[in-house]
Amino acid sequence: MTTAAPLLPPADWRDFLALTKPRVMTLVVFTGLCGMLAAPRGIHPVLAFTAILCIALGAGAAGALNQWYEADLDAVMKRTAKRPLPAGRMDRQSALHFGVGLAAFSVILMGLAVNIAAAAILTVSILFYVLIYTVWLKRRTPQNIVIGGAAGAFPPLIGWAAATGQVAVLPVLLFALVFLWTPPHFWALALFIESDYAKAGVPMLPVVAGERATRRQIGLYTIPMALVAVAPWPLGLTGAFYGAASIVLTAIFAALAAQVTFGRNAPGMKPEKRLFAYSIIYLFVIFGALVVDRWLA
Amino acid sequence: MMNDEQDVIQRRQKARAIVMAVLLLAFVALIFFITIAKIKEGMAH
Repeated sequence: MTTAAPLLPPADWRDFLALTKPRVMTLVVFTGLCGMLAAPRGIHPVLAFTAILCIALGAGAAGALNQWYEADLDAVMKRTAKRPLPAGRMDRQSALHFGVGLAAFSVILMGLAVNIAAAAILTVSILFYVLIYTVWLKRRTPQNIVIGGAAGAFPPLIGWAAATGQVAVLPVLLFALVFLWTPPHFWALALFIESDYAKAGVPMLPVVAGERATRRQIGLYTIPMALVAVAPWPLGLTGAFYGAASIVLTAIFAALAAQVTFGRNAPGMKPEKRLFAYSIIYLFVIFGALVVDRWLA
Repeated sequence: MMNDEQDVIQRRQKARAIVMAVLLLAFVALIFFITIAKIKEGMAH
């Protein structure tokens, strides 16, 4: 005999909005927009708006499907326990339908209104986040963040493809930058909320390999990230403005990462919190510098 | 069913219906502007 799930009243619309992880979407939309603005070909403002809307909706759909799949895990973590599903404000089926519907809508609209290349990359990014990261890797390997981070790296590629209909070296470098930025960014966070991940049984690097190995990995990933961040300038893909901005910004990132790499668990975890906070600013400003550089050119 | 519970359900259904109506209107407007943009692009080529 099966027990029926308790009937829930229809979820509030704000809970559907919360499923899309609006805060994460900010960075996704911004990097997508910058990828589009850095492209050599212009795009009609209405189509540009549509492309950005599709990127945001696609990211929102991936976030909703992530929360649908991870409701059990979210329930045991303090940071996520108040989300609509673990808090019992929404049934899982509604979240699944919402996520799948939103994903299909964003991809179809991108394909019909913008171009097939952008729609194809958007599809890959949603599937990558949901299937590769959420379903396959997150609970299985401490490298979950590394490979899953690729999902968050797609927006500049999609933005560029929306404007040009193809992919080039610069957006691939932007993809690599976000990809390599993700491990130090998330592991800095994981260091100061380590106990929460441990409680949920997620094999985050600090949980399975320990704090010292995590610090070393943060340092190791910062090196290729720094090279990729500066590379567009010597390769002749950007001007001196981006070159100077990327060197200064990346030097600060590297200095903060070095403090974490060579540091120990200090009271308050200040270096880790500083690196995490700066890493967000870093990505916003370096992408902004790329757009300004394009305008100056 | 309790009256309070029914009130909550009705209030949420109404709010969701309003949000859905606004989104559908926005979608219609978006499709209109996309069509205009596509026609203009077609004429430019």
